[in-house]
Amino acid sequence: MNFQFQFEPVFAQADVLLDGLLLTLELAGAGIVLGGLLGTLLALLRRLVPGLRLVIGAYVEIVRNTPFLIQLFIVYLGLPQIGIRLTPEQAAVITMTLNLGAYTTEIVRAGLDSVHPSQIEAGLSLALSRWQVLRHVVLAPALARVWPSLSSQFVLMLLSSSIFSFISVQELSGAASNVEQDTFKSFETYIVVTAVYLGLAMGLRLILMGLGAVLFPAGSGLGRLRQAAGNR
Amino acid sequence: MIRQFGVDEFIFILGSAKWTLVLTFIALALGSVFGFIIALARVSRFAPLRMLAGAWIGIVQGVPVLMLLFLSYFGLAIAGLDLPPMIAAGISLSLYAGGFLGEIWRGAIQSVPHPQWEASAALALTRTQQYRYVILPQAVRIAVPPTVGFVVQLVKNTAIVSIIGVVELARAGHLINNATFQPFKVFAVVALIYFCICWPISLLARRLERGVHAGRPG
Repeated sequence: MNFQFQFEPVFAQADVLLDGLLLTLELAGAGIVLGGLLGTLLALLRRLVPGLRLVIGAYVEIVRNTPFLIQLFIVYLGLPQIGIRLTPEQAAVITMTLNLGAYTTEIVRAGLDSVHPSQIEAGLSLALSRWQVLRHVVLAPALARVWPSLSSQFVLMLLSSSIFSFISVQELSGAASNVEQDTFKSFETYIVVTAVYLGLAMGLRLILMGLGAVLFPAGSGLGRLRQAAGNR
Repeated sequence: MIRQFGVDEFIFILGSAKWTLVLTFIALALGSVFGFIIALARVSRFAPLRMLAGAWIGIVQGVPVLMLLFLSYFGLAIAGLDLPPMIAAGISLSLYAGGFLGEIWRGAIQSVPHPQWEASAALALTRTQQYRYVILPQAVRIAVPPTVGFVVQLVKNTAIVSIIGVVELARAGHLINNATFQPFKVFAVVALIYFCICWPISLLARRLERGVHAGRPG
């Protein structure tokens, strides 16, 4: 084996990779925020509106038991057949939202299940409005309890965004394949890009830990729930 | 000439599911070996080994499967090995499975209550005997449901290797789509086949999980 690593040609194209990195951050950021909101909303709806239980349950099972890549193909290649044309970036964000929404629904549902009905009765008997009970007694403790699981799912979503290069989105892995074709340094390119993804995943994990500490501060009841879940 | 999406096309896609299953089995078999070694290293009494295994898990869980695939694919090529894409696909999926199974099984081993170690040490069992007769049999009970759950992730992630030309389900769907131009129908069928593979495994995992918690205080 006679191989010499040459990273210079790859670093010479750092601006291409940087553009890709920014697009990855934008897409994943949008997908995580929208998917997280969709999932939380659906988990609540599933609880509050019995008629929607079956529909939401079916959505969750279908998404969780089919590959992200095939979902992306259906949204990007399939929808134009019924008249919905999307740019690759739009298709990427929509697929991510639908995919993460299903996982979030399931995770938040587990959190909601852990709130005992007597807590809701207690809240109502303290003359809290239904909205206050929903927000402070049901949703906040449920989210605190599942925050570690949600964080892991968000990081997985960030990493899954790499497959958008399959539909020619120029995010980080799409940019990587451009650099690879320009420089013929395939192995070096992917070593660099893999390291960048690793940094991104670690960064997002830290941000989510920080966000958890702000939303559910240590020492409060919510903080105890978050920490108990994290130490499992 | 544009082909219609008919019975032949359906059978071609269905037949390619075999390779999805083969890849899953290879990754599961090799990944189990990696995963077992990593899990044991992670709970080893030798600190550098623990850190090494921890770093490996962190890397595998912190990078996209697509990158593991490209690194295996191009890494083998520059090592001068001219192997079919299937090999690179199998290796990358095994590395991925090893990282995740290692972490799942570490958790299972560590959730065996500590007095079990002390009691078996008091019976003068060696470290190997402790693992073989006391710890692992109990850890397996805890590990089975999440392991089965992970198999679903593994089946779904085999779709990614379609990019290096392995003709499994996703790639077969792509090929048929290129010939028929009916992407909605084709990928709906592909999704349905994945669903038929994954859903029963998901249900099994859920059922096993209920079984573990039943009959166990706390």
